[in-house]
Amino acid sequence: MENMSLEEMKLIVLNYVIKEFLDDEDENITYDTPLISGGYVDSFSMVSLLVFLENKFKIKIPPSKATPEAFDSVNKIVVLVSQYLK
Amino acid sequence: MSNIGSYEKSLESFNWSEAEYELGYKVGETLNIAWYCSDRVCLNGKSENTALIYEDYCGIEKKYSFNDIRLAGNTIATFLMNLGLKNEDRICLYMDRIPELYLSFLGILKIGAIVQPLFSAFGDESLFIRLENAKTRAIITQRKHIHKVRKIIKKLPYLEFVILVDNVKDKPLEFREVAFILEELEPVESMDIFPTSAESPSVLHYTSGTTGQAKGVIHVHYSLISQYLTTKWVLDLCDDDIYWCTADPGWVTGISYGIIGPWSLGITQCILDAGFSAKTWYSFIEKYRINVWYTAPTAIRSLMMAGDEIIKEFDLSSLRYLASVGEPLNSEAVIWSEKVFGKSFHDTFWQTETGSIMISNFPGMKIKPGSMGKPFPGITGVVLDPKTFEPINENGRIGLIAFKPDWPSIMRGYWNNDEKFQEKFVNGWYLSGDKASIDKEGYFWFVGRDDDVINTGGHLVSPFEVESTLLEHPAVGESAVVSKPDQVNMEVIKAFITLKPGFISCPELELEIMNFIRKKLSAIAMPQEIEFVTSLPKTRSGKIMRRVLHAKEWGEEIGEISTLENE
Repeated sequence: MENMSLEEMKLIVLNYVIKEFLDDEDENITYDTPLISGGYVDSFSMVSLLVFLENKFKIKIPPSKATPEAFDSVNKIVVLVSQYLK
Repeated sequence: MSNIGSYEKSLESFNWSEAEYELGYKVGETLNIAWYCSDRVCLNGKSENTALIYEDYCGIEKKYSFNDIRLAGNTIATFLMNLGLKNEDRICLYMDRIPELYLSFLGILKIGAIVQPLFSAFGDESLFIRLENAKTRAIITQRKHIHKVRKIIKKLPYLEFVILVDNVKDKPLEFREVAFILEELEPVESMDIFPTSAESPSVLHYTSGTTGQAKGVIHVHYSLISQYLTTKWVLDLCDDDIYWCTADPGWVTGISYGIIGPWSLGITQCILDAGFSAKTWYSFIEKYRINVWYTAPTAIRSLMMAGDEIIKEFDLSSLRYLASVGEPLNSEAVIWSEKVFGKSFHDTFWQTETGSIMISNFPGMKIKPGSMGKPFPGITGVVLDPKTFEPINENGRIGLIAFKPDWPSIMRGYWNNDEKFQEKFVNGWYLSGDKASIDKEGYFWFVGRDDDVINTGGHLVSPFEVESTLLEHPAVGESAVVSKPDQVNMEVIKAFITLKPGFISCPELELEIMNFIRKKLSAIAMPQEIEFVTSLPKTRSGKIMRRVLHAKEWGEEIGEISTLENE
């Protein structure tokens, strides 16, 4: 994981969100689309997104850091994830 | 002075006819909630007052006057009638919190049909079970959710119309789909509203029980009487107030107090169609100068976690009255709100089946943080001995919360399930399924559920429904679903799972099963944790003992286990 670029990480997270959370095939989201406040990912679903990030990037994110604000866009998620990458 | 004035005095002379009188309703006359929420308000000189202020997550705003919602209700009703829909047909609302949801509610009632609100985050399985049970004739939805309807429509022969409120012209419509764009239609100035009576069915809400599938709770137009007066007295709404109920109309609060209560009083209400964040919510209150805010303990605890500093960035001085619903409000949250907003949240207790607030901390009444408050005037509330079903007169002793079933908005039945309905009444009492004690001053103190139903973030989830769906996953052998403690949602869902031969537990499988439930049922029903086990605790007759797992999660005594299979 240490060799993965930020761009690669962003793409992995974006593709996962599109696959798992986007209901309307016409909708497009970007790295900055608000995921939580935009209603794409609700607070209950955040846990599954957290499990995905921890599995994929082999990290452990403390529950106190997994806030709606920190998960509100792909860009913000990647900033959070990169703090815990070894 | 609050609307209720003195709680004690209102107990002395209370009669529901007070609400009938204020609404101008006379027993035996026609009664249609939609007329009271729109036409009557206009006739009372408020046609140009704002009824609805809507904002989406991008900040795009729409405003509707009471005359606008009256016309929209007429227009939608006419459209539905032209499709051949009629009184007592079940018409499902399956949308996010967009204006069409609120306006369609009026349109459906105006033709005498029954509104079946369903939470838009429900997955296709949850949706199917409820549409099939109600034999729903039409569903009003949006493109965002159409793929879930398309997955199940062929299994639903009674579902004749799928009405899309935001279809775009280049998108072809599929099987049984009809496009309806409100803005493109000529507003219908007048119509003959269907002459529903007090006992005509109005809303069919679905709620979860311990066993069996979700039950359809039947409410009638007369529920308006309770909803009107409780909104006025408990939420203390006044003429010029701006009101925000954060509940989704897919659930009973979003209908009783997110549509019927405020609009029957002619009050302006705000809707925010955006996910939760402390900044978004505080900004919304500041922007629209919200006076009365009705929200949920989960949201309050999330705001607490966001900290006190962020509050200083916003002018929240417009807030006059705060109330909470969905699950017990912990005392810390009441104390915190007093500290940061200068006002306490007033806890309210009620259920889908009760249709309106039963127990509350009233305006002007001393709040005991952590207490549910006292019964609404006109409501006889007690706690019953669980063995004799007789009222407990001893202060502080825990019993079953029960009410004398004589208030206007009590459910009139479970849809096609009279057996379950009758089980809710014992010795002339309606059993809520919750436990509490009463102190010497008459305040109720919530203890917990009397069954296995899980209340997560104010939403009831049936462990049976989750377990049944888990078994549809190819890897799952057996499962047991219980609650576990959670700082924000009070309790969340945890699943214990045994795997079928050939499957190995791993984090990837855990995620796959979580997403499986989220998509089939809803995110609320998704286990927040899965524990793979080699066996589940069972009685010698083979019944899974959920209570053993529950006790383990909550650090409680396991209790009687003499029937445990492997003891």
